[in-house]
Order: sequence, then C-alpha cells, then structure tokens
Amino acid sequence: MQGTDLGGAGAAPERVAPAAAGSLITVEGLAKHYRVHQRSAGVAAALRSLLRRRWETVRAVDGISLSIAPGERIGFLGPNGAGKTTTLKMLAGLLHPTAGTVSVGGFRPAERSRDFLHAITLVAGQKQQLLWDLPPADTFELNRAIYEIPRPVFRQRLDELVELLEVGEVMRRPARQLSLGERMKCELAAALLHRPRVLFLDEPTIGLDITMQASLRRFIATYNERHGATVLLTSHYMADVAALCPRIVVINHGRIIYDGSLPQLVRRTRPEKRVELHLERAIPRPELEALGARLVSFEGTQAVFHVEQGDLKRLVTQALAALPVVDLSVADAPLETVLADLFAATPAPAAPGSPAVVAPP
Amino acid sequence: MSVAVAVWWPLRLARLLAALLRVGLAQALAYRSEFIVWLLTTNMPLVMMLLWTTVAKDAPVGRFGQAQFGAYFLLTMAVRLLTGSWVVWEMTMEIRQGTLARRLLRPVHPFLAYCAEQAAAVPLRLLIVLPLLVVMVGWLGTGQLSREPLHWCLLPLALAGAWALLLSLMLLIGALALYWDSAISLFELWLALYFVLSGYTIPLELFPAGLRAVVTWLPFRFVLSFPVELALGLPSVGAALAALAVQWLYVLALFVAALTVFQRGLRRYAVFGG
Repeated sequence: MQGTDLGGAGAAPERVAPAAAGSLITVEGLAKHYRVHQRSAGVAAALRSLLRRRWETVRAVDGISLSIAPGERIGFLGPNGAGKTTTLKMLAGLLHPTAGTVSVGGFRPAERSRDFLHAITLVAGQKQQLLWDLPPADTFELNRAIYEIPRPVFRQRLDELVELLEVGEVMRRPARQLSLGERMKCELAAALLHRPRVLFLDEPTIGLDITMQASLRRFIATYNERHGATVLLTSHYMADVAALCPRIVVINHGRIIYDGSLPQLVRRTRPEKRVELHLERAIPRPELEALGARLVSFEGTQAVFHVEQGDLKRLVTQALAALPVVDLSVADAPLETVLADLFAATPAPAAPGSPAVVAPP
Repeated sequence: MSVAVAVWWPLRLARLLAALLRVGLAQALAYRSEFIVWLLTTNMPLVMMLLWTTVAKDAPVGRFGQAQFGAYFLLTMAVRLLTGSWVVWEMTMEIRQGTLARRLLRPVHPFLAYCAEQAAAVPLRLLIVLPLLVVMVGWLGTGQLSREPLHWCLLPLALAGAWALLLSLMLLIGALALYWDSAISLFELWLALYFVLSGYTIPLELFPAGLRAVVTWLPFRFVLSFPVELALGLPSVGAALAALAVQWLYVLALFVAALTVFQRGLRRYAVFGG
C-alpha cells in the first residue's frame, strides 16, 4: 500500500501549538509594509513619473501572531511573495517590523544585540555566507573568532559537523569551486559552529538534487534532536516540511491561514481519501460506479475514487470482493493539491484591516 | 566597568581584529591580480608630473621647479595608492543585493569588518608603493624631502588620517544607500571635486590666494595633499599640527555621521525577497 508520508521524521501530533508560557518565540500582530514606486512601461510613463510619483503600499506581512516552543521544528509554507521570508527576516532581526511585537528567546530581534546574534543563525539557500574566494575552512576560522569559540570546543564542534555533513574533503577548496550541494553543507556547518539555539532556514534545499535534499533533511533533524535547537524552515519542497516539521504554518497574502499539523491540514482541506485500483483486465464503467463512491478517473485498468474516511472500509472491502483487483492503494490527497486548494480559498484581502486569518480548528 | 572587563575587552577586540585582518589579507591575496591591475590604473599623477615639469622647464612655478614637481606628483601617487579604499562600491552593492544580511547576522558591527578588510589590503598596497618611492629617491635624491623631524613624526598620523577620512566618507555614502538607491552618484561628485581640490592635479599652493584659503580647510586636502606637503616639508610646524587636528576632526565627524546614518537606515532597510 502506498501513501503520503505525512508523519515524517517525527510522529506528528494533532495540534502542536504550545502554551505561550513555555514559548521561545512569541509573535503578536507582526506586520511589514513596504512603500513601493509604481509606474507603467514606456518612455512616456517614465517621464510622467518624474513629475508625479505613484506609490503603493505592499503589505508583505499583515498581522501575524504565533508562539513557538523550544526545540520545535516548524515549516513555513506559502506561495512566492506570501510573506514567509519577510517573517523569517523579522524574526532574525534583519528587518524592522512596521507593527507588532516579536520576542525570540527574550530578545527583541530588531535590536540585534550581541547575545541575540549568538543565539540564532539564518541560512538562506539563495544567499551565501561563505567567503567566495576562500576555502570554507577560512570562513569557519573567521566564525570561530567572531563568536569567540574556544579552540578545543571549536575543534570538537567542527569535527562533529564535518562528520555529519561529510565535508571533510571539500572544506579546503575555494567556495566558488564547490558544487551547490557541497556549498550548502558548508554553509550549514559555518552557521552552526556557534551552536545557535534557533535556526532560521530559508529554502535551504533549493536547487539541490533529491539525494542531497534528503541528506540535508537528515542532518537538520539529527541536529535538532541532538542539540534541542528550534528550527524554523521555509521551503517550496513539500518533502522538506513533510519530513521535518511536525507543525506547519501556512502564510498567504501576509497572513497565517493555517497553523497546525500536516495530517490535520490534509484532513480539513481534503477530507476524502484517494483510493486507486489496478485491475487485472478492463471492465465496464458501470461495474465501478456500482461501488457507490465518487469515481474521479478511469483509464484502461486503473481507476481512482475519492471517498470519505468513514466509507473507506466499505469501499475497499466491496472492491476486493467484486472486482479483479491486482493492487490497491489508499492515500491522502497530494500536499501540493491540498495547499493549492487552501491558497485558492484565501483570496487577497480587499482592504486594509479586513478580517484576518482562517483560524486552525 | 570591572577591572577584569577593562582588561579583557581590549584583548578580545584585538583577537577579533587580528582574525578579521587575517581573512581580509587572504581575500586581498585571492584577488591579487585584479587588485594590482586596479592600483596600476592610477596613472593620473604621472600625466600631471609630465605636464607640470614641462611647464617648469624654463622657470619655476611658485616654489615648484622640475624636481619639486617630480617629487610632488610621485608622492601624490604614493599617498593615493596607499590610502585608497573600495568600500563604497562594496557597501552599495551589498545593500542593493541584500547580501548586507551576512554582516548583520554576525555579532560584529559591519563597520568594524569593513575597516578591517580595507586595512588588511594595506600591506599589498605597500608592495606597489615602496618600489615607487625607491624610484623617486633614485631619480631625485632626498633633496626635495623635509628636513624637519616633526614632519616625519606627523606623517604616519597624517597618512592614517587620510586613509580613515576617505574610508569614513565612503562609509557615509555607503550608508546613504540604505535610503537612496543612487547614493553612489554622490561619490562620483566627490571624485569630480577631489580631482581639482585635493592637490591631485595641481599643488594647492598654486591656487589663487582667495581660493587657496578656502581649499586649505576643505576635506579634499586632507585625503591627499596634506601628507604630501608634510613629506616635502611645505607647512610650518604650527600649520602642520593645526592641519592634523582638522584632519582628525573630519575623520571623527564623518565616522559618527556614517554610523548614525547607518543605524537609522537599517530601520527602514528592506530588500524584497533578498
């Protein structure tokens, strides 16, 4: 039987949101609005814009609240421009919020205090931290000095990271000569030498092949379990969040539209199970329709039904008894489909201050 | 502040600076070819030297005969090569592309890192400047140079001041890029004025008296002409001390302004998706 692995690395609890009292990260009504210059294409528009500029306010993040407990692994999901990276940047102290409050380990990130910067790290798949023309070993050494890591501790941590990430060979070659995967592993090693308590990972697996993605996911899970670090991850790869994050936060148009576990999201958005039958031979369509479930596709010897959870057992039993079934699989709807449904159900807010957020059940 | 903190803090800073300088030097060495070619493109003083020595062929211009012009422009070239920086281009690019984030995430002020990176390139700059000075002494002897010991005592401070002044100005213009995408054009404006008012193309002594009185106290002189004047022994000891004080006041004012603009600019800094 095949199905979508929704549990992933950690068996996902139904509802993971912790009590605010035990939280490491608290966000209340966080917003980031940008004022951007607007003009149409063409020379005439360019000349007009010299005399009269048109500005538009983009509400990149528009009032989000959440609470994250120490050691949690959270995935931020959302389409491009939804506000995921902006949120992450505000949590990491790179952007000052337009409104709202953020507390990370008791610090206000925008102040970028020394202790705060010692406690966090941010790794972005599309931005490199490594010194481009020097071997990663030089970046590691620089970080040792910057974070004032005693040399024996540094050696021990580096050995651990080098072993987990398998970068012993590559760390002595100039960063610009490394493959994307090798570079990403070295980025992670450089970012974790100071043993941060909070990891902000912004699309860390972007552009990597499947094997390398899996390898990085394993590393992140191991690091989280070994050191109890809190992980906040954004990714467009569903496999990343499914494997790593017991809790997901879905953001669209700058607002949280879901906060909870993946299985629960799937059940809520697409409660029907997908039942796929492979038959020994082609049979007339009415024989399939006679099963009394919604037949969504039928081609050759393959039929797909969507069925309510409560009706699943009956359908499977009847199909096995009545039809020449050679294989049968039951799965939840694909995550991509679930999210597409969810995004489609939350159009952009018409006006500022309109009611926010589809609250989790 | 406790005694332990008072002792440890400078030690920690020194260790950090040493690490930043090491990496800066390694980076400068990685870029050695581009760096040296870039330094060698600074040939304007040679052009001006040819021009002015021709003008002074029959009679000196003010206090400047051929040998004085030769020494002046070779020293001008040496000071420019030694005290240059490129931080304004680096900073504006990092702000535009969002890669400034890399520096902001580290518990070290980005200005400290920028300064260390620029300082780390000074040894490479010396590699170009020292042969130039050897050529100068071989050609003109030491007759044109100052005989006043205090001038030579002040020279390292004046050179450091010239380096720090240009760096601070670059940091200020770089910080303005947090507000204004085209801030680099301010540096172009600075360069246009600098070519005329710093002594780069004409010794400031040869300016008309009224203009000279103004130019003497503008910042342009202190990034180039002032150290050259000291090496040639042109100013009196009193004037040299006053100029040094003004130079470092400029450094302080520009650095504080740069720091203030940077800290405030970060509040509104926003790079989409960067």
